[in-house]
Amino acid sequence: MGILKATIRWGLLVIVLLVVSVLAAAETQNACVNCHAKLEGSLKVTAEQADVHGHKGMSCDICHGGNTQDEARAKAAGSGFRGHISREQIPQLCGSCHADVTYMKRFNPSLRTDQLAQYHTSVHGIQFAKGDTHVAICTDCHGAHDIRPSSDRRSPVHPLNVAQTCQRCHADATLMKSYRIVATQYSDYTSSVHHQAMVERGDLSAPTCSTCHGSHGAVPPGAGSVANICSTCHVLQAQFFDESPHKAVFAEGCATCHTSHKIKHPDDNFVGLAAGSACGECHTTDDESGKAAEAIHDRLHKFEVRVADARVLLAKAEQSGMDVAEAQTVLGQANDALTKARVRVHSARLAPVNSELEAGSKPLAAARSAGEAAMKERTFRRRVILVPGIAILAVVFALGFYIRELERSEGKHPAPTKESDRKLAA
Amino acid sequence: MDAAARVQTWIDERLNVSELLAPLREKTVPVHRYSQWYLLGGLTLFLFTVQLCSGVLLLLYYRPSANEAYESVQHITNHVEFGWLVRSVHSWSANLMVFCAFAHMFSVAFARAYRKPRELTWMTGMFLLFLVLGFGFSGYLLPWNTRAYFATKVGTEVAGQLPVIGHSIMVILRGGEDVSGATLTRFFALHVAVLPALAIGMVMLHLLLVQKFGTSVPVSVENEWERDPHRRKEMKFFPNFFLREMIGWYIALGALIALAAFSPWELGAKADPFSSAPPGIKPEWYFLAQFQTLKLIPAKVFYIDGEVLGILAFGLGGALWMGLPFIDAMLGDRRARYVRIGAVFVLTYLAGMSVVGYMAR
Amino acid sequence: MVTRALPSECPLEESSVKQMPRRTALRFLLGSVVGTIASLFYPVIRYLVPPAEASLSASEALAGTVNELKPNSGKTFRFGNHPALLVRLSTGEYKALSAVCTHLGCTVQYRPDASQIWCACHNGCYDLNGRNVSGPPPRALDPYDVQVRGQEIYVSRKQVA
Repeated sequence: MGILKATIRWGLLVIVLLVVSVLAAAETQNACVNCHAKLEGSLKVTAEQADVHGHKGMSCDICHGGNTQDEARAKAAGSGFRGHISREQIPQLCGSCHADVTYMKRFNPSLRTDQLAQYHTSVHGIQFAKGDTHVAICTDCHGAHDIRPSSDRRSPVHPLNVAQTCQRCHADATLMKSYRIVATQYSDYTSSVHHQAMVERGDLSAPTCSTCHGSHGAVPPGAGSVANICSTCHVLQAQFFDESPHKAVFAEGCATCHTSHKIKHPDDNFVGLAAGSACGECHTTDDESGKAAEAIHDRLHKFEVRVADARVLLAKAEQSGMDVAEAQTVLGQANDALTKARVRVHSARLAPVNSELEAGSKPLAAARSAGEAAMKERTFRRRVILVPGIAILAVVFALGFYIRELERSEGKHPAPTKESDRKLAA
Repeated sequence: MDAAARVQTWIDERLNVSELLAPLREKTVPVHRYSQWYLLGGLTLFLFTVQLCSGVLLLLYYRPSANEAYESVQHITNHVEFGWLVRSVHSWSANLMVFCAFAHMFSVAFARAYRKPRELTWMTGMFLLFLVLGFGFSGYLLPWNTRAYFATKVGTEVAGQLPVIGHSIMVILRGGEDVSGATLTRFFALHVAVLPALAIGMVMLHLLLVQKFGTSVPVSVENEWERDPHRRKEMKFFPNFFLREMIGWYIALGALIALAAFSPWELGAKADPFSSAPPGIKPEWYFLAQFQTLKLIPAKVFYIDGEVLGILAFGLGGALWMGLPFIDAMLGDRRARYVRIGAVFVLTYLAGMSVVGYMAR
Repeated sequence: MVTRALPSECPLEESSVKQMPRRTALRFLLGSVVGTIASLFYPVIRYLVPPAEASLSASEALAGTVNELKPNSGKTFRFGNHPALLVRLSTGEYKALSAVCTHLGCTVQYRPDASQIWCACHNGCYDLNGRNVSGPPPRALDPYDVQVRGQEIYVSRKQVA
């Protein structure tokens, strides 16, 4: 009985200690969250919301003021409680820390501090200054209570999510109509080759909305400056275009032919005068340039067909067991020449395109002849084994014939069976 | 005397070859409706000889290091005159040899030719079968291509699952914790030195035993012959049966060179240890049954790891199969059909699982 | 195989007549066996003779000669089945790297004006150690070992275990 009593006594003590420590822990939790976790809708804020500010040791009071320790005095006068922050106040509130260089240095010295200044130059910022609160403000893109750095895959401003965030407003036709902007950019972008690069290949270097438009200082690039942005990556195309007669004529630069958002991978029909081509929009067969366009298309197409044919031939040789790795490398060089020729199209002249294709015709011919040699070797091998093959067939027949003859004559004198063999076989 | 007879006499005076070969002149082979199955043993031996010859030829150009193995095989296939022929014959003959070895073993099992006094012949034969599988496993890695690399990785990992000793065995096989150039060196040593030495010794023992006890006859045929001695038929081994063996050998040779020309053995891409295993990686067909079985066993069976259970089961099965003559003797002639049922089950299981494994993703 | 009963006599002429086709059969057999052996002997003999091309295709390549490249210049050459870049720095030292851009696989080139390695496709830049410094490329270029033997420059892969 003594042991039982002792056990009960110690057990109760342990339980009491546990309860007290849990309560104590609950006590140290945020006083704001204690209530707001139980509310619904936009007032609901839970402690689980992992926020970059929270990780740095900040709490609700840095924006909302108030007392986070004492539930009773959470919103008391003198606590600096601000309550709900209206949209008009948000950019200035965020900027009160994020534009303060000395303050930001304490947390992350390499973070930029010009976001607010940039914002004021953006279309969003300019409209905001005029009193329009429908435009995007900080919290619209970054969130309010679950702000994550842009490198976090879950952040709405991570490169893979940027377009999704922008289209929340910019794909809303009704909203955009009031600003007289089209709302097709997002759907155009999602069918583009850049979006494909990002989504299918996971290539984070591919451009998204903020790459060309800027993020905080978001402004549509002026017609004259589109080419500057494209040329950051597409250096050679821009260079050739600048040297071409189109530079003076195309106010929108690259976007004239390629459009700004719905940038598809151009096939060789994009060049030339066929329906759906870019050149055909202005040129016809009557003018010299139109003829040049047709010639360019013609040459490119012919070369492409030859490369494809060679590729098929090499694949066939490979499938029948021939090693064509070397030839495929050489064909790769021909393919590189084709790519270079396609880039040269931006010069809008036949001669440079032609010279690139001519440089590629040597590796193309080499690859093709290597493929043909491989097929010839394959045929040779299948033929050469006929020599031992026929000899082998001859032997098989000879054996059969000989056995028959041998045993026919043996049949008159059969081999005697041995007693010992019979015993062993038992 | 003509020249041939003079040479023969000269040799006989010194080496007594004629006397040594005399028993072979007398050797006979029983003739009955199952006689054609007797050809399989010799066919396996012939294919082994093909492997020895083509293997030596390959050895002249092959380089057993991770940096050069793949390129040397590529060199043989593309640049060396008739290298494509030697390499493909070697690879196809390996597969054919495994098939013939299994067929020979099953024909012996179904004919119950392992009964007294031929138990040792059966056991040496089973040992040879394991050696042949060892040849297949070690040789497969030598081209150092992607398939070989990952097949070896999976295969040695399975060996590593054995309880207690598994990890040590795996490390010894691999020459390290992972499959690397050290593994290649070891497998090369196994494939061209250790296994051939063991195999040649074991083959000689196996043939000696076959010669000593003669060729066995299936029970049903033996009973027929007991009842009616006139039906007993034998043919001389030299030249009659041997000529028939030669037909089989030549057909096999013809098949090998046809396969080399029309369906050459692929080389694939060089092994890259840092890349991940290609999806749906499978071992060669003669390991498919075991592989598929391991895949189908659930992860845990009564607290025992499923893979370990599978390996132990196969080990036990192999040991039991090795001791088949003794099991058969224990059961006796009256219960022989249970042994046959067991053999049918094993054959069906292995064949069926191989098919399932082949068709699985 | 057919077994016939022993005949009462074995007439000599009959046996010698019956042996005629047997002798031809034997001759035919021996002839064709020799034929098969010869037809397989020929490939084996040809096999034994080493071919002209050496077998060092993918582990090592001859990239160029000592006087071919001036300092601060580069050259593309074939290494195995892929392009590679040999660069001679202004210090005279040689560097060799894979020339396959880690972005989308275009062939990179050496830019003497910037002393950098550049990819024309999307303006990716690498430093002389192959590290990706700007533009889309996500990873560095694979480095190779350079060995100067006499007048020849050999490039080989970094050794695998």
